[in-house]
Amino acid sequence: MSATTSTTRPDTPAGQTQSFWRLSWLHLKYQFLETVRVPIAVLGNVLFPSLAMVFFVVPQESVAGNPLYATIAIAGLGLFAICSASLFTYGLGVAEDRQLPFYPFLRSLPAGPGPQMVARVLNGGIFSLFGLLPLILIGWLFTAAALTFGQLLAGIGTILAVSVPFVLLGMAIGYKLSAKAALPVVQVILFPLAFAGGLFLPPQAFPAWLDAISKATPTRAGRDLLVQATTGLDAYALALPVLAGWTVLFAVLAILAYRSDEGRRFR
Amino acid sequence: MSAVEVSGVTRRFGAVVALDDVSLEVGHGELVGLLGPNGAGKSTLLSLVSGQRRPDTGVVRLNGHDPRDARSRTVLGLTPQETGLPATLRVREVVDFVGGHYPEPVPTAELLDQFRLAGLANRQTGSLSGGQKRRLAVALSLVGRPSVVLLDEPTTGLDVSGRTALWDAIRAYHASGGTVLLTSHYLEEVQALAERVVVIDRGTVLADDSLEKILGKVGARRVQLTDAAGVRQEHLVADSDAFVRDLVRSGTEFKDLEIRGASLEEAFGQLVDATNEGAAR
Repeated sequence: MSATTSTTRPDTPAGQTQSFWRLSWLHLKYQFLETVRVPIAVLGNVLFPSLAMVFFVVPQESVAGNPLYATIAIAGLGLFAICSASLFTYGLGVAEDRQLPFYPFLRSLPAGPGPQMVARVLNGGIFSLFGLLPLILIGWLFTAAALTFGQLLAGIGTILAVSVPFVLLGMAIGYKLSAKAALPVVQVILFPLAFAGGLFLPPQAFPAWLDAISKATPTRAGRDLLVQATTGLDAYALALPVLAGWTVLFAVLAILAYRSDEGRRFR
Repeated sequence: MSAVEVSGVTRRFGAVVALDDVSLEVGHGELVGLLGPNGAGKSTLLSLVSGQRRPDTGVVRLNGHDPRDARSRTVLGLTPQETGLPATLRVREVVDFVGGHYPEPVPTAELLDQFRLAGLANRQTGSLSGGQKRRLAVALSLVGRPSVVLLDEPTTGLDVSGRTALWDAIRAYHASGGTVLLTSHYLEEVQALAERVVVIDRGTVLADDSLEKILGKVGARRVQLTDAAGVRQEHLVADSDAFVRDLVRSGTEFKDLEIRGASLEEAFGQLVDATNEGAAR
């Protein structure tokens, strides 16, 4: 803003905040430290997908013994783990953070909502990776799943990209609802999405009408893109646009929720 | 242009009117105390000035800019509530983190030294005592070399020496040219620090004057006596000496005369009554 002669107008320019990426790095660093110092939270993230793998995939010879099916099963489970971690960590985590007195203080520091959100997304990605590593290890040691190194990297990159809309959805829930409300809402959203997206049962078993609905969900789009990256089976043509569309919608919802949030109502 | 400008601001929470058409201007370099009982609207006012909330109606300006714009908050410092420090972060890390938001933060070691926290740099904040947390909270408000500082109940729950140390830090900041807006429900704290006092209650400004004038207004005495008919009477008076002199001169019969300083709440009550009477006239 420029200086004017009017007495009601500012006669000094507003200051400059630190650069966006510098602030994002700052928030990422301290969010990571905060998360990693509560070891049980980290362990839960790491253990859940691996346990599901050991109990539900490894014992089924027809799946575990078939390289293609085993890879698809790992992909679906990995994606479910990441969806669940994103929705719970962000939906519930943000809602809980908002109830802490440090939160209004954070909002008064000279930084917009962007860096904090970017840091949350990246922090979620880092801990999702921690969860994927044992899953990949188990798949490699105890199933017939076979990936080239290139496919493995493509798979990890895809799964992180696919987690973005779920992180954003989680944040929209977390900024809009109280912690008590966020928990059931996340559960109500997560399981139908996971089922309809074919993360538990292969969508090839779906009737046509369910398959049509399934193809419109972000979980199915993400699953098929992930399967394409790891096995070479082509995803349906609209998978990428569908995923991108949900990402934009959830980003808008997250920003709106953040803007309308003014901390706890009575303070 | 003022450091803080609040004009015609109303803020409701549902049916509760937290601030009702409040106007307040704080010039650069002023040290203003916001005094009022719990629930008076002090914290709401600070949350508007720090950009955490927006007013329903009216305008809030920080150095002439909208505080909801992050850029205008580069000149602002404020204290987190002590209970809100991230428990798993170390003292040094919290200072680095908050300081990292500002263009020229005070070096962490220097700030910790100034607030006698240097020995605690590597402790997690969850393990600090109440007084140490308070010191850290006030240190955090100054890490960004702000020109305006908002202090919400800065020394609540501190012992005398802790309180004096923090008061010294606040005075030093003010002496270096900083603007301070602090809230308290302790008359004593406002008395020790502020040059100007704004009394608010139930969302309205009851008085806005120099410290001496406000002290005169709220420094009321409570006089109790039993009159000839045996009825216990209670008077809140500004000058108890004159009151008693008049009482004796008037020849009225009384017994069990008792005089004590009115509590802050009673003094506020008197201010509220005086305001209401003025409005009714």
